[in-house]
Amino acid sequence: MTATVEAAAPAAPAKGERASQILQHHGALMVLAATVLIGAIAFDSFATPQNAANIAVSSSFIAIIAIGMTFVIISGGIDLSVGSSFVLAGVLAAYGSRYGVLVALLLPLAVCGTIGLVQGLLVARTGMAPFIVTLAGLLGMRGLMLAVSGEGANTYLVEDDAFASLGQASFLGLTVPVYITLGLFVLGAILLQRTGFGQSVYAIGGNEEAAALMGVPVARVKTLVYVISGLLAGLAGALNAARLSSGVTILGAGLELDVIAAVVIGGTLLTGGAGGLTGTMAGVLLLGVIQSLINQVGTLTSSFQQVVSGAFLALVVVVQRLLHRAQHLS
Amino acid sequence: MADTAAVLPKPLGSRTRALAWLQRYGVYASVLALLLFNVAFTPHFLEVANFRTQLIQVAPIVIVSLGMALVIGTEGIDLSVGSVMALSSAMVVLYLGYGAPVAIVAALVAGAIVGASGGALVAYAGVQPIVATLALLVGIRGLANVLVPQLTEFRNPTLITLGSRSVLGLPLVVIIAAVLTAVVAFVVKRTIFGRQLVAVGGNRAAAKLSGLPVRRILVTVYVLSGLLAAVAGVLATARLQASDPTSLGLLMELSAITAVVVGGTPLTGGRVRVLGTVMGALLIQLLQATLIKHNLPQSWTQMVQAVIILAAVYAARGRKK
Amino acid sequence: MTDGPAPVLEARGISKGFPGVLALDGVSFRLAAGEVHALVGENGAGKSTLIKVLTGVHQPDRGELRLHGGQVSFGTPLEAQRAGISTIYQEVNLVPQMSVAHNLLLGREPRGRLGVIDASRLNALAADLVAGMGLRLDVRRPLRSLGMGAQQMVALARAVSIDARVVIMDEPTSALEPREVDTLFGVISDLRAQGIAVVYVSHRLEELYRICDRVTVLRDGRVAHTGPLGELERVKLIALMLGRDTTDVRLRGQTEFAGRHTAKNGQPVVEARALSRRHQLHDVSIRVRPGEVVGLGGLLGAGRSETAKAIAGALPFDGGAVVVAGHPVRKGSPSAAIRAGASLLPEDRKAEGIVPTMSVRDNIALAALPRLSRAGIVSEAKLDRVVATLMSRLRIKATSPHQKVSELSGGNQQKVLLARSLATGAKVLLLDEPTRGIDVGAKAEVQALIDELAAEGLGVLLISSDLEELVEGSDRVVVLRDGAVVGELSGDEVTEEAIMNAIAEGGGVDG
Repeated sequence: MTATVEAAAPAAPAKGERASQILQHHGALMVLAATVLIGAIAFDSFATPQNAANIAVSSSFIAIIAIGMTFVIISGGIDLSVGSSFVLAGVLAAYGSRYGVLVALLLPLAVCGTIGLVQGLLVARTGMAPFIVTLAGLLGMRGLMLAVSGEGANTYLVEDDAFASLGQASFLGLTVPVYITLGLFVLGAILLQRTGFGQSVYAIGGNEEAAALMGVPVARVKTLVYVISGLLAGLAGALNAARLSSGVTILGAGLELDVIAAVVIGGTLLTGGAGGLTGTMAGVLLLGVIQSLINQVGTLTSSFQQVVSGAFLALVVVVQRLLHRAQHLS
Repeated sequence: MADTAAVLPKPLGSRTRALAWLQRYGVYASVLALLLFNVAFTPHFLEVANFRTQLIQVAPIVIVSLGMALVIGTEGIDLSVGSVMALSSAMVVLYLGYGAPVAIVAALVAGAIVGASGGALVAYAGVQPIVATLALLVGIRGLANVLVPQLTEFRNPTLITLGSRSVLGLPLVVIIAAVLTAVVAFVVKRTIFGRQLVAVGGNRAAAKLSGLPVRRILVTVYVLSGLLAAVAGVLATARLQASDPTSLGLLMELSAITAVVVGGTPLTGGRVRVLGTVMGALLIQLLQATLIKHNLPQSWTQMVQAVIILAAVYAARGRKK
Repeated sequence: MTDGPAPVLEARGISKGFPGVLALDGVSFRLAAGEVHALVGENGAGKSTLIKVLTGVHQPDRGELRLHGGQVSFGTPLEAQRAGISTIYQEVNLVPQMSVAHNLLLGREPRGRLGVIDASRLNALAADLVAGMGLRLDVRRPLRSLGMGAQQMVALARAVSIDARVVIMDEPTSALEPREVDTLFGVISDLRAQGIAVVYVSHRLEELYRICDRVTVLRDGRVAHTGPLGELERVKLIALMLGRDTTDVRLRGQTEFAGRHTAKNGQPVVEARALSRRHQLHDVSIRVRPGEVVGLGGLLGAGRSETAKAIAGALPFDGGAVVVAGHPVRKGSPSAAIRAGASLLPEDRKAEGIVPTMSVRDNIALAALPRLSRAGIVSEAKLDRVVATLMSRLRIKATSPHQKVSELSGGNQQKVLLARSLATGAKVLLLDEPTRGIDVGAKAEVQALIDELAAEGLGVLLISSDLEELVEGSDRVVVLRDGAVVGELSGDEVTEEAIMNAIAEGGGVDG
């Protein structure tokens, strides 16, 4: 009874609210701009087209996965299995490349999509917590990857040139995956912002019960976001195999964390219901730029990157909580 | 919330009862079944040396799982435990110059500090446990790598003793794990803190209304988890006579969560099963050993473990309140 | 009873039971087009069950629903909604983070080329909808950024725009500012003019008389009265809700309460001084002396629970002070209140009381652990003694102290919570509806226990919607309305009639 009354919000929007919303939606973009500026001032070799291209290329794989993760997180879920999907897909793509480019692409997509579907069904139909379902998915897919690759001993080489060029061919200094990322970003943004499905994702993450009352097919939408996430992680893995010309088995552990960090830093709330792909892209690029800066310094190891992402993630969630409280307390 | 239907206890169906039994005793039955299977089909299984190896290998998992069980008891989760192991290992190397005791204390303090940060994020900033400890997982692993960039070997007599000596035929590592299990069981069963942490997980509103220091309890729980993970890290480092922050404790959070959940502690909190958790850790270890001994590769272990987690969570689903 | 025009929605002889309770017992309800129909009743009267049956959340065991004369049955809330029955809940059932426009048109967004949502048409359409309700707001803003009143208006606009013929409003004004209430009533009048039927659930009598045409009073799962509201005196309405007849105040002896207690003179054991909290409490002052039972009267939502919670440290307040046994208590800290000697028995046993995963024993000891341990280690022997004493004294029926508390009956769970309070060494008990939802036998036992405890010198603040219980159990009754004290009765003044009059007339303090 009291809870209801306490939920009363101030009638007039608080003055700080506008500012806090801007910070929520565009904080990552602002920090990105500032970081780039600092980098450009501090290092001569930072603000070069070459370096920008490098950042774009190396960020593109995480970006593709992050697009799917954004859907999942906006729906109020989380997908910890994407790192495993990514690696599994790479191995499957390299293995499949002996049968041609089509198999090299479709095999990993089919497998990762199916596992996404199973995870989605478990989350949507049994009410098990997404993190535990996808944690099991993470383990299971690692196991599957090891099984496929002879316990990690076999590294399949990409044997199809057409497939390899998907990862390596470049146009205007940027490789194909960068363009694919851009395409997916545009498609994803349209799907999320401008279709009934996208609005359903927001509605479910914002208030699942209300969404159901408003006629949203909750279980179907929830299942689909995990399928999307699985497919995109699979695609990223396949493209990465094409880039490296082999299905490397050791990469990708912990990738899910970078992806989640990027999405959250981009302003998507882990509680669901809010966020967007523009922020996610800014988050991915921010992490990429920081990585690049760390490389510029030279004396710092790449592990420093993890410290920064971890600290950033913690900072962002705390700021989000504070903003949330500011918006909800009168 | 005042749904009348939910207030009244529903009659338990036989399926529900079977699931309840499975959640409570499934782990014991599984461990027993695996033991019997191995006795019957695995050559050399009953030898002392084999048991020693199994126990030594399971000890760090047990220690980390104890902390995880406490955290899960409060309806939380701690994903940072593997990274804390790596950090404590790095601290051991960094401070070994001042002697082993200083190095060990430094490692434990580092673990406690990480735990306190996670606890503060959860209790005071109101961040979801999974996110708070995810940030620590990433950051602390990175920090450990920054501190000790590559595999570093060392020789230190104290640490050799700690890692490899036996007392009365039992490896010291195993004794430490057993003692810590007893201590945690005592804390859960007999101390104010133990009762209070279970109450916080069981019904936070009621705990608050009963005057419990909810925030302090939460922070303490994460500190203990960090501390126990650090102990496991120190022991693993001592055993290896080397520190490898890149790989030490990798995916440990998964094993620990599996052990806890399989052991009958629900993810929804309000209950801590210490013995069940130890059994859960043993189950994972035995499973791995069984599969390896029968020439089934590592990949099988992980896939089977995935199925076990799902089954355990499915059995525990929605049976809390 | 064939008055008025043909009903839009009619419930005939609806019964709905849950294990152990018959929530609705042959309830019939007629709703005509263009009427605003008040649905009132105290907690447990069956109000919310009836609403849930009308909106497809529950399916009735017996009886039928008729919509526009044809029989219907709803499997889900969505089906009811598609048939034209919309509900506006207390907690607005929309998506707070989404924009007003997206909330209004979710699932029916206008499409542009390529089947993609046309954002500008979406916003224009939404703007038309809210303008149609006489509202002026920016539909691109997130719903969350609006006040509660405006959010409710948006929910109404959505309901009306999906062609609702019946709108059910459950306590719509509980979180609104007076100005927002006026706007809401304006909108309701418009709905009425459009021939939409409104079921209006509220316990605020002024509002009912302002806006409603007819009233149905539910009590104990049955219809106690139905008819035009204007002709019904306010006191009569209260009497109907509380199950009392103003002309026939029965003799004493219906409850287990023995009668007056001999309050010890001297300092009050607990004193609330001018407690205030935005929207909820206005200058509430109450004092309870040792050995005295002070009743807190009033209708649902009058601020009774809030007062008890504020005293117990469970609800922060903006102004005023709480003094327990002569010492001021830090506000907003349950542990400070417990240490000082004030212990709350919460209204919602399940959500705020029992810890379902723990045993009876651990539940009893929960708040008293610091007293039952040394150096952080619980003294099992001491704990066993305290628990055994309390269990036998309160006659708690459990197979053993180690039985799970969730397996006990409601009455015994309530006694466990009472034991938890006593174990803390409380000097004053704040009992919020201690006998609600427990069976008759347990109810009598709890009432007798309250008597005993008062006789032993504890101060008791008793909140009860059961007037009989309040009158027979209390030495004094403080009556609240709209968060303010509107009357205080003591000695022979404490009668059901006097309490009802106080609720109806107030002390000139009109919300």
